[in-house]
Amino acid sequence: MKKFINQFLKGIIRENPTFVLALGLCPTLAVSVSVINGIGMGIAATFVLLGSNVIIALIKNKIPERVRIPCYIVVIATFVTITELTMKAYSPALNRALGIYVPLIVVNCIVLGRAEAYASKASVVNSFFDGLGMGVGFTLALILISAIREFLGAGKILGFTPIKSFEPAFVLAMPSGALLLIGLLLGFFNLIKREK
Amino acid sequence: MDVTQFLTIFISAVFIYNVILSRFLGLCSFIAISKETRPALAMSLAVMFVTTMSSIITWFIYRFLLIPYNLTYLRTISFILVIATFVQFVEMVIRKISPPLYRFFGIYLPLITVNCAVLGVAVLNSEMFFANNKAVAGSFFYSTFQGICVGLGYTLAMLLMSGIRERLELCNIPKAVKDFPLAFIIASIMSLSFMGFNGFKF
Repeated sequence: MKKFINQFLKGIIRENPTFVLALGLCPTLAVSVSVINGIGMGIAATFVLLGSNVIIALIKNKIPERVRIPCYIVVIATFVTITELTMKAYSPALNRALGIYVPLIVVNCIVLGRAEAYASKASVVNSFFDGLGMGVGFTLALILISAIREFLGAGKILGFTPIKSFEPAFVLAMPSGALLLIGLLLGFFNLIKREK
Repeated sequence: MDVTQFLTIFISAVFIYNVILSRFLGLCSFIAISKETRPALAMSLAVMFVTTMSSIITWFIYRFLLIPYNLTYLRTISFILVIATFVQFVEMVIRKISPPLYRFFGIYLPLITVNCAVLGVAVLNSEMFFANNKAVAGSFFYSTFQGICVGLGYTLAMLLMSGIRERLELCNIPKAVKDFPLAFIIASIMSLSFMGFNGFKF
């Protein structure tokens, strides 16, 4: 049991996909305008990661070595399509807000990266916890970034205004603010890593 | 189909909604390969070629396979498969026909399969130039042109970035922000300046 918890926890801090591995930054930056979007994207990516990790771990011995990447992509794309259709049916507003970044989960480096680096070698249960950990780590990173951007860029958190007199800096809601923030956060995490 | 439409696509794909600086597509390759100008140029040319070709191919698939048979929900899976196959095919052809070109593109070509810009432009085309599951007039030309323009926008951002980063090699940079973090901060300033194109009216 302890092993599984370890598998789960490593994705959150030690191997956080966003801040430590620097993977899957495109959707991170694009959808982190508000916390709701960030959570939605995080859950969608977690579902895809879980599904693809488990399925790939199940069929890893059946896949021929040379065509493994296309096989992984088909598995991943299937789960992305499931996510896309579910989101369209039950939460059209979120689907509109995330736009083309939902189908683009297919090419999210985290998903393919975990399939290639982990699920293709590990057992099903381990892959499950690895996928869950990575997904939660990704979601937490998204929440952190989108909370900072929503607060500083629009003066709100989850739609509420915590400080009335706060004058938001609009640039953080713009693309350039996202790039600046991720640059500073990556630098900050580098600094922490070095201090240790 | 008229000229102003093409101009609009050009300006918006290259400047206003630049793939990298505003849409954040293909960010991984942008940060990883922009250290020197030559590889950056090779990557950009490869991306431009693939975005153009995949725009054309996915248009045909969408128009003549997915829409008539009511299979539009298979968009993601079919597009990514076609793109992956196409890239693999191009790689094989180039290796056979022109070894120098193959060395020039090197490892960058297979990387393009998972470049979000390529799938992104295909998905964008299918959303922008198809209304209610029907192709708008001239949608094939618009799609192809948008593919070229997205590639151009990628090249522009890539060349600017690699030029700046080559100069930065000689500077004294705090260790914590060296490489990736600094590249993002530079990209942020570039994106800020590209925001100036937002007010473009014609």
